[in-house]
Amino acid sequence: MKKSVFFGALAFAGLAAGASSAATLDEIKERGKINCGVTEGTLGFSSRDAEGKHQGFDVEFCRALGAAIFDDPDAVEYVELSSKNRFTALSAGQADLLYRTTTWTFSRDVDLKTSFVGINYYDGQGFMVPKSLGVSSAKELEGATVCIETGTTTELNLSDFFRVNGMSYEPLPVGGTTEAKALFEEGACDVYTTDASALAGVRASLKDPSAFVILPEIVSKEPLGPTVRHGDNEWEDIVRWTQNALVAAEELGVTQANVAEMAKGGDNPEINRLLGAEGSLGEMLGLSPDWAVKAIAATGNYGEIFERNIGESTPIGLARGLNALWTEGGLQYSPPFR
Amino acid sequence: MSDIGYVRTEMLGQLPPPGNTVGIVGWMRSNLFSSVSNTILTLIAAAFVVNLLFSMIPWIFLGVWNADSLSHCREIFDAKYGDGREYACWAVVRDRWDQIIFGYSFGNLNEGLYWRPILGVLLIFVSITPILFPNTSRWLYVATFATLFLYPWLIWGGALAGPVTAALIFIAGYFAFRALAKAMLPSFALGATIVLLAVAFLYLQAPISSVIAAILPIELQPVASREISGFVLSITIGVVAIVVSLPIAILLALGRQSDLLIVNKLSTGFIEIIRGVPLITLIFVATVLLKYFLPSSFDLDPVLAVMILVTLFTAAYIAEVIRGGLAALSKGQKEAADSLGLNYWQAQRLIILPQALKISIPGIVSNFISVFKDTTLVSIVALNDPLGISDSIRSNSDWNGIVWELYGFIALVFWIFCFGMSRYSLYLERKLRTDHR
Repeated sequence: MKKSVFFGALAFAGLAAGASSAATLDEIKERGKINCGVTEGTLGFSSRDAEGKHQGFDVEFCRALGAAIFDDPDAVEYVELSSKNRFTALSAGQADLLYRTTTWTFSRDVDLKTSFVGINYYDGQGFMVPKSLGVSSAKELEGATVCIETGTTTELNLSDFFRVNGMSYEPLPVGGTTEAKALFEEGACDVYTTDASALAGVRASLKDPSAFVILPEIVSKEPLGPTVRHGDNEWEDIVRWTQNALVAAEELGVTQANVAEMAKGGDNPEINRLLGAEGSLGEMLGLSPDWAVKAIAATGNYGEIFERNIGESTPIGLARGLNALWTEGGLQYSPPFR
Repeated sequence: MSDIGYVRTEMLGQLPPPGNTVGIVGWMRSNLFSSVSNTILTLIAAAFVVNLLFSMIPWIFLGVWNADSLSHCREIFDAKYGDGREYACWAVVRDRWDQIIFGYSFGNLNEGLYWRPILGVLLIFVSITPILFPNTSRWLYVATFATLFLYPWLIWGGALAGPVTAALIFIAGYFAFRALAKAMLPSFALGATIVLLAVAFLYLQAPISSVIAAILPIELQPVASREISGFVLSITIGVVAIVVSLPIAILLALGRQSDLLIVNKLSTGFIEIIRGVPLITLIFVATVLLKYFLPSSFDLDPVLAVMILVTLFTAAYIAEVIRGGLAALSKGQKEAADSLGLNYWQAQRLIILPQALKISIPGIVSNFISVFKDTTLVSIVALNDPLGISDSIRSNSDWNGIVWELYGFIALVFWIFCFGMSRYSLYLERKLRTDHR
């Protein structure tokens, strides 16, 4: 008897969870807002300005979705999620999707019942050293003292990298970014290592950033991308293709400034299909024909978003690197719009 | 015969004590340099303190208040002092203090809404005056009652009709109870009133509030729970937990002492379960895991869930403090009350609880202080308590890298509140002291 009650409760919970994952787009349209899960604050990716408004690289993708669905980039409710509660919040329906610097891994995709629908930032572990060390490649770091945050995957990647290259190093374990930064700036360690995007942020906050360099080697794969619940393919398609539209726009030379002009139709059929002048791609998604025009007009193309939030003109100063278009030696690539 | 050389005929005037035993010198001799080992310890400690002050005081007082970003601060330091040292960049506090205190909800996101939390906190102060200081007018309890309904309205916004309707229903319920109590046993009357209230909330609330909305068309801009943050969030959770937990704690403590088996076991079980689980786990379960089991249309407000849990958590701890107070009373007090013919509730209310609570004051207040500080744990479920806001400020590229200035400011505000509570508890202890010394 007790057992059957228990299983009954489980089944009910399963039903409830199942019900919450279907027809996300209808729910969003009824609500009038997208609940977009972002970080509580990650330099360059999501933070609040002095007015309390969200801004950042990840936030712009949420805004593009708001524009594509409602023609209003502000039709987004930002749900700030910690790294601990992000997946439970997603599957419980608190957020419709995550743009939350979430690494796409096998177990998260398969075991956690979430779907990763793209990669908006290829991150990876990097190294930062003082210029005075006179090192230009991570392979010259033989015998260096390395500040490393304990209990992270970066610690394991580090030992792998040094072992593979037959070098030795002296680890200096630290508790967190703030402590690591202080020790590194004092010169207690020669090398600081963590994800490249965070490394750039730490470098930007140092007293004299120009005295430090980030080495070109990236020693791990951290593909960050949008995440949705398993089992709602229509919603998944919208998120995937909105992001693809921004990448394709960069590839085709469509920018925030010229999108209205180009939407009138031109000689390039691919641009015409993307911007809705030809074909009916928007209707297939259940959106208006000019959904991509609205998204690009709101945020600009992928390259513009990158430059504005984390690019080389900002204090964070990240190079495009792996995130350049495939035509320019990077990995950003959109499947064709047809 | 008369060669007595000298006889003093009057007393000498009192001399002051030797200079090295009084005043600051005397105090230092007896307290700081009374032995070799004490002298050594004093010198080491003094060197440490002086060293600390030498680095802290310039850092604090030579800091910059007018700047746009951390790098701007550093440019100013270089131009002004040029010694390559770090000074405090207080400009971040100047730029973002409103977010830390009022949160995103009433800070600059909704320009000009400061008055709502300020009025709310003033109302709280007025409403607890009659409870804190027994000499003030009883009429202030009206303010206490009004605050129960006005404070949530000020924070969450919406139509005034909602809280007014709720207040009216409760007032009606009170008079219904008075009338019923004359006709039947008080405990039955209480049960009947609760049923009546539930019925009234289910069926009468909507029509009454639409009538009131027509008469009083006052509406405040609604604020989403998720946007309530900063010290407004801490104070809201803290005050609710403090005010609501005390009566629950008294009932739990009495329940645990009770001879009624079920009441006793339920109270004990509740206290031990809640005390056996970390608060952070409870908060996480309530706001995240419960969503799995509830239908998706049932939207449990995260702030409300946290409030309920923090209240229950505090109640369990305070119940044990009060049980200590009850245990410290001699059995004779209870027997004396029995011999006067007082029933259980009269004995508790008039004889036992006043004495037990008086003994428990320091323990209760220290629990209150710790629960107020524990409100910072809500950052685990991504509510923005003041510390969460400081993280969020740091993630903005203007202020990336600022640590101590923000923590210092937040610590100062917390300290002011906690010190106030601690002083009040000392005042209360002195006031209620009845022993002779």
